[in-house]
Amino acid sequence: MIETSNLTGERIRQYLSDGKRFDGRKLDEFRDISIETGVSKNAEGSAKVKIGKTEVIVGVKMGVGEPYPDSPDKGNMMVTAELLPLSSPRFENGPPKFPAIELGRVIDRGIRESKFIDLDKLCIKKGEKVWTVFIDIYSLNDDGNLLDAAGIGAIAALKTAKMPKYDEKGEKVLYGEWTERKIPVSKETPVAVSIHKIGNNLIVDPTREEEDVSETRVTIGSSEGVISSMQKSGLKELSIEEFKNILDLVEKVERDLIKKIEHQIK
Amino acid sequence: MTEKAERKIVIPGEVIMKGNDYLPGEGTEKKGDEIVAMKYGLAEESRKLIKVIPLSGVYQPRRGNVVIGKVENMTFNGWILNIGTSDNAFLSLMEVPRYVNKDGLEEVMDIGDMAVAKIWNVNRRGIDLSIKSRGLGRIDEGIIVQINPNKVPRVIGKEGSMIKLIKDETGCNITVGQNGLIWIKGNKVEDELYAKKAILFVTEKSFISGLTEEVKKWFEKEKK
Repeated sequence: MIETSNLTGERIRQYLSDGKRFDGRKLDEFRDISIETGVSKNAEGSAKVKIGKTEVIVGVKMGVGEPYPDSPDKGNMMVTAELLPLSSPRFENGPPKFPAIELGRVIDRGIRESKFIDLDKLCIKKGEKVWTVFIDIYSLNDDGNLLDAAGIGAIAALKTAKMPKYDEKGEKVLYGEWTERKIPVSKETPVAVSIHKIGNNLIVDPTREEEDVSETRVTIGSSEGVISSMQKSGLKELSIEEFKNILDLVEKVERDLIKKIEHQIK
Repeated sequence: MTEKAERKIVIPGEVIMKGNDYLPGEGTEKKGDEIVAMKYGLAEESRKLIKVIPLSGVYQPRRGNVVIGKVENMTFNGWILNIGTSDNAFLSLMEVPRYVNKDGLEEVMDIGDMAVAKIWNVNRRGIDLSIKSRGLGRIDEGIIVQINPNKVPRVIGKEGSMIKLIKDETGCNITVGQNGLIWIKGNKVEDELYAKKAILFVTEKSFISGLTEEVKKWFEKEKK
């Protein structure tokens, strides 16, 4: 597997400085997004998200477990991400590596801190039994920007997920049977938007090639303009001025993105 | 293209032919009196020989192939290039057609640079490369496009007809490495991207017969 060459990188930078991208998009334009919900019949909620050629599948499963000692009346939430070898020649089988761990954690932080899931309502018996929400992310094809795709997928899966039936006498979950109730989620839709810096330009939704050339990435999770999480990776630094531009860009992109998601989930 | 016999898509393990009238060729194996496919591809028969043209899979290096690779490492007497094979290819200092100061290897090629090279030997220890020929050496400008190595013959076309068409239409210089890496160099970035789009179109439609005509039509449509 040969990664994007310096030559192509040089061309991308040169082209970006004219405000143009290889696939003809604007700097702040996303590729086509398509969301398909209910793709798994065993999961409580699931979604398949495509952004251009990038494809991820997200599943939500509910379980019952003990609460953590510091939050006895709150449900638990767990996000795991797996980058499958079938989605890119770069991913190998085996223990998760940095990109997979980061992906899971950024999505976890985005959902947790935005208070999208109402964990208070997921308590069955205080201090003893609470619901645990498992969110599993699998990549099907990697053409850049897996992070934003996974974020959209997680939200779509959660929004459409139904609570499974719970046998109170036997104290166990009756899997395969669902109630009409949905998982308690808030009305606002949080999204994660990743901004990449290439040269002096800020772009959203990079392709694989652009992601390889990217110097710095900032992922901002927000809903209705309220920032709830943030993650920066990459080697280069950002000036205060640049960061202000990033925030402006996120605000602009976020609004369109939420509209697109809400439109498609219905 | 003139087809002698109809091609059939086969998967590994599929019986292509029974009986002892035919000989097993590339990508096939004889098991009992059956000829079985060993690769996923198109089965073809010519002069009693059955072979399978693979549709996917990694690049198999062959002597004399021109390939494009990325410099991954430098040793005291040469460079190690990644050409998309399982073992890396070695370009010796001896195979550079000019004087190189042993302390200044990076002046010829540095880590991360792309280069066009020719395979002059393949043995069990590895692959030996050479840049002692016209048109070989480091790439200074342009873009690199990666395609499935099995589709390289489609991109080149019969006697180079396809690649000539793309070159004429886009005004770009194009070098196709047998390992599926393609170097495009044009006057403008737009031209290079145009050529890239054309090449990707060819790889997508590689099943169609009369592909060159199809690409001509595509170019006419794109011009409007």
